Amino acid sequence: MRSRLRGDAMTLAYERRTISRELTVDVPDQSFTVVIGPNACGKSTLLRALSRLLRPNVGAVLLDGADIHRRPARDIAKTLGLLPQSSIAPDGIAVAELVSRGRYPHQGLLRQWSREDEAVVAESMAATGVADLADRPVAELSGGQRQRVWLAMALAQQTPLLLLDEPTTYLDIAHQIEILDLCARLHEEEGRTLVAVLHDLNQAARYATHLIAMRDGQVVATGPPQTVVTAALVEEVFGLPCRVIDDPETGTPLVVPAARRRAPIGVMA
Amino acid sequence: MIVLRTPGGVSLRLHPRALTVGLTCALLTLAVGVLALGSGDYPMSAADVLRTLAGGGTPAQEFIVHELRLPRLATAIAVGAALALAGAVFQTLVRNPLGSPDLLGFTQGAATGALVVIVVGGTSTMLSGAAAISGFATGLLIYLIAWRRGVHGYRLVLTGIGIAAILTGVNGWLLTRAPLMDAARAVLWLTGSLDGRGWIHALPVLIALALLGPAVLAGAGPALRLMEMGDDSANALGVPVERLRLALLGAAVLLVSLASAAAGPVNFVALTAPHLARRLTRAPGPNLLPSALLGALLLVVADQLAQRAVPGHQLPVGVVTGLIGGGYLIWLLAAERRAGRL
Repeated sequence: MRSRLRGDAMTLAYERRTISRELTVDVPDQSFTVVIGPNACGKSTLLRALSRLLRPNVGAVLLDGADIHRRPARDIAKTLGLLPQSSIAPDGIAVAELVSRGRYPHQGLLRQWSREDEAVVAESMAATGVADLADRPVAELSGGQRQRVWLAMALAQQTPLLLLDEPTTYLDIAHQIEILDLCARLHEEEGRTLVAVLHDLNQAARYATHLIAMRDGQVVATGPPQTVVTAALVEEVFGLPCRVIDDPETGTPLVVPAARRRAPIGVMA
Repeated sequence: MIVLRTPGGVSLRLHPRALTVGLTCALLTLAVGVLALGSGDYPMSAADVLRTLAGGGTPAQEFIVHELRLPRLATAIAVGAALALAGAVFQTLVRNPLGSPDLLGFTQGAATGALVVIVVGGTSTMLSGAAAISGFATGLLIYLIAWRRGVHGYRLVLTGIGIAAILTGVNGWLLTRAPLMDAARAVLWLTGSLDGRGWIHALPVLIALALLGPAVLAGAGPALRLMEMGDDSANALGVPVERLRLALLGAAVLLVSLASAAAGPVNFVALTAPHLARRLTRAPGPNLLPSALLGALLLVVADQLAQRAVPGHQLPVGVVTGLIGGGYLIWLLAAERRAGRL
């Protein structure tokens, strides 16, 4: 298993609060890696470290063997993209204009808008199904459309590695599946390496090719969903008694939480 | 959107509306400038003004244009452009339409230095120097207090407002300590005035604009546009956010300090010009160049109004910019409310 992107013995902390110690993580090339774990387990912190937003106090994030904090930001941005948890659409901006901002790392003072830029932006909008919205103001779009526009911007960056921080939060179930299907297609058809933080275990098990399960800032298990998602591990990581059955649609593991044991009503009163 | 491409791989992107707005502002500034050079106690026709500028005027005309009126006009253009450019940078950096240097303490800081010189006594060169230095020092202080593993919009705004409140108090105290004559001079300075400004006032701002302007516009403009989308997005696209923010804050504070040193803390130009530019160009982004050109135009026009609005009596230019800027802000609120956005 080769990994262009790895976190090596990292200590990750905000101010004085340490989230992870000695955390080592490998992202297999061409994988769709999904990080799972309970709230505050450090999965978003891990993604921030991998995407250069948080500098490890100890250890390093290595991209192609070199520390990402020792290389020019613009060079990294041609290899490693990120869809942040929240971004602000500037006032009055149109979809095509926003997507075109993804070309920044490839542009310069005298190379402001090449034919390649134009073609890549058009491709990215087509791939995410927002080409019809090109001239619409981003502010007028629905949540699902907006998330696809942000994804198009990240695609226009043309990075072989793309990190997604909770890309489905705030979306209804249909739009969640739409975004995840899109990610799966990018992974399969374009051979991009994706790393996503997801909350929904069943979605993670269905879409990921590689899972990283975390608890208390540490990696508890890694591997394909079939080996990672077991009743014992879910109980250990989330503290949730459950059964794991085969997803009737895809055959991937499906977590079914155990029924609540009800006390007789008379006893409760 | 117009795209220019050459066979050598050079490609430029132009926003036609922004281009039109910028050019119109520049031409209007020149036109009002020629009028300004020709009007006063010794009126001159536009043709005479142009001939004198080209070097073909009488000795009297040469003196009046080059020594008396041109320095004042140059100060107005430079101060207006510097304040507006700095305002556009600030508003984008703190992602707040009210994030203007007049509200964040930078101009109050410049005023403190100037007031100390007025109270203690000193030449007008010393006054300008003190204003520039104390304005810059205030910027540094605000940055240091607001810094916590990087500076974020809100912390910078709140720190700035706090410092502004403290300095307003200090400035008031300094005023009460000044003898009556000095206090009158100080209040005039605090309002912002272009009266009697010479090359010594115009040059520092012009030089700063010539050096920092291109660096800010071409070097940081595209990256600044990305920073509007949040630090995370800008970082992900390869912008060294924290380093760039420090550099831009430094440049903006320097421009504001020098502008205040030259003309006093002229109100509302830094706040109003970027808003107005954005409305006119209808282009998203900081609109740096249109803002700067509009700022120059605003101040040149305001100075003409200040000199001519009340016959026989000259107002300080800060009174006019305050009236225009405040009026514009209230109109803006009313318009937003009608449009249902507020």
